[in-house]
Amino acid sequence: MSVNGWLQIAVTLALLLALVKPLGAAMAAVLEGRGWLARWLAPLERGLYRLSGVRADEDMDWKAYTMALLAFNALGLAVVMALQMLQGLLPLNPDGLPGVSPHLAFNTATSFATNTNWQSYGGETTLGYAVQMLGLTVQNFVSAATGIAVLLALVRGFTRARAAGVGNFWVDLVRSTLYVLLPLSLLLALFLASQGVVQTFRGAAEAQVLDPGAAPEAVQHIARGPAASQVAIKQLGTNGGGFFNVNSAHPLENPTPLSNLAELLSILLISAALCYSFGRMVRDRRQGWALLAAMFVILVPLLALACVSESGNLEGKETRFGVAQSSMWATFTTAASNGSVNSMHDSYTPLGGLVPMVLMQLGEVVFGGVGSGLYGMLVFAIVAVFVAGLMVGRTPEYLGKKIEAFEMKMASLAILAPCLTVLVGTAVAVACAPGRAGVLNPGPHGFSEILYAFSSAGNNNGSAFAGLTANTPFYNLTLAVAMLVARYGVIVPVLAIAGSLARKKSVPASSGTLPTHGPLFVALLVGTVLLVGALTFAPALALGPIIEHLQLLGHS
Amino acid sequence: MRHILPALRLLLLLTLLTGLAYPLAVTGLAKLAFPRQAEGSRIERGGRVLGSDLIGQPFSDPRYFWPRPSATSPAYNAAASSGSNLGPSNAALHTAVAERIATLHASDPDNSLPIPMDLVTASASGLDPHVSPEAAFWQVARVARARGMDETRVRDLVQSQVEPRTLGLFGEPRVNVLRLNLALDELR
Repeated sequence: MSVNGWLQIAVTLALLLALVKPLGAAMAAVLEGRGWLARWLAPLERGLYRLSGVRADEDMDWKAYTMALLAFNALGLAVVMALQMLQGLLPLNPDGLPGVSPHLAFNTATSFATNTNWQSYGGETTLGYAVQMLGLTVQNFVSAATGIAVLLALVRGFTRARAAGVGNFWVDLVRSTLYVLLPLSLLLALFLASQGVVQTFRGAAEAQVLDPGAAPEAVQHIARGPAASQVAIKQLGTNGGGFFNVNSAHPLENPTPLSNLAELLSILLISAALCYSFGRMVRDRRQGWALLAAMFVILVPLLALACVSESGNLEGKETRFGVAQSSMWATFTTAASNGSVNSMHDSYTPLGGLVPMVLMQLGEVVFGGVGSGLYGMLVFAIVAVFVAGLMVGRTPEYLGKKIEAFEMKMASLAILAPCLTVLVGTAVAVACAPGRAGVLNPGPHGFSEILYAFSSAGNNNGSAFAGLTANTPFYNLTLAVAMLVARYGVIVPVLAIAGSLARKKSVPASSGTLPTHGPLFVALLVGTVLLVGALTFAPALALGPIIEHLQLLGHS
Repeated sequence: MRHILPALRLLLLLTLLTGLAYPLAVTGLAKLAFPRQAEGSRIERGGRVLGSDLIGQPFSDPRYFWPRPSATSPAYNAAASSGSNLGPSNAALHTAVAERIATLHASDPDNSLPIPMDLVTASASGLDPHVSPEAAFWQVARVARARGMDETRVRDLVQSQVEPRTLGLFGEPRVNVLRLNLALDELR
């Protein structure tokens, strides 16, 4: 890749880092109901509680918090499914798209409720404007807010002592939506509209083509819709489900290098800044920086590998983005559990495609989803201090809380649930005919398509090796189950950890406490994440991208 | 179970806020501030819509510059975007690229410039409005010959249509094929 390409990447990373502190500080304030924005919008917040009849002053224990979360998510899933199946009866459907099949509706509803946003649906060819807005956009907001809520509950586990409660789910949900996601989305949506992202309720535009001999029809039908509002939150909320089939590769979803920069930064923005907010909330900012440093340490070498591997490969890439902006996006979108794409990952070189796969398989903790990335990383931090404790023979502590058997059991569950989902799901799909039938590319690349699909669904990412024909009953149902296990198989143990930690007393740091803000801890944390990932997925990766890479080497 | 009713009511309220008020606000503000972009950046001449600045069109006439190969069906189908999703080890990709190279050589047998990569690979969206400047310059001789025009005039036109990197840094230099062809038609 050219010097300019590396410069584009360096400047983008620098911009991201520059935004971490201001946004992180602002989020730490508004999530606790402080700051001018929260004061200004407080009547709206109170109105929402009053009208919905939720008790905002209740301090929920972890079980009540979990039940409220699950009830809200289950209802959201049911509504999105119903909206899709009844699409034919809904307004705002100028192109007259029909109702969606039950298995696709279930897959898409699960996908958006779990913040995965896997696209079995085809965007402009499947979903009308009412479903996009009332179903998908709403879940884009509230599934991201759900992630932040779980993080806040876990943080309270560390900051509270001898407490029964971990906070109030409704308050965390509403504040995350109202004070963080909505204002940022409004700003980003308007910027994207200025760049040319389409935002209209009219149906497809019709254009007379200039060279009618080149097309079977002299008229080009250009799909449109209220895309800017949807694209803004799908980037910021680490959702990733596109308005159009090809997601942010579509020129009406991502028209210019500047729209690309804004969308690219938005992928990592909130997840990175939440590390700083975390430091603020636990009253030791170094703790937040240490976690962010661990994320960067894993991100940067993988980013470099993707860029080097993709050099010169333009199949499935847009001219305006080229190799640098495309490889950077592929890396960011899988480091975060965003899953939007601006190039087609299926057409990547074997090692270029290995990078996004590995980043997902590491458990979506390198930035990861909004909220979910950080609570996932904190689970790894718990395991890391435990391992360190074993090595020196002391009871492990993290942020003043003793890590004991219950926390370790829950942390292991939270780490194993996605791993198991990915491997078992891939094995089942490879072993049965409906699974193998979906593959487009022959040989090990076809295996990679299946492995990628379950890595994506099983870690709530949502990107794809899109050659896989996923809109079949088999994939729609198996991937939906994978998404559910990956989301709630992590959330429930994390909330259990939050409840258990909140009940404990806080122990002051002693000379035997491992400091968790220095390079030693960062190395330990990175090592834990990489080791779990490598031990779990190296054999599967060897069967897919690594064999393909060796084959290509052999041919050339 | 005590959570079901509050959850339902809160979901309804947040739907009104984020699913209705928010997209309507963005639509209203975008219409006010960026009316052309919000409707899809259409190119209009004398009341007729000729296309969009952002959406590529198919071209096969040698008198026009050709865009990148498109994997949509048919090519440049703006109602159903798609990439090829062919992997690097797939023989189908190698065959497709070889055919595209043959077509380009046949269109201009005396052209000894190397064929730029983007002219023989399908874009991600299938609707890529751009080609690289090299890909446009590669086609100058053919277009000039087919139109009976001076090559320098055509080359100068291409040069005037090159969009540089944004701020000299972001993205890649490129040429909008539909804009270029419209300008070409207006040359005489």
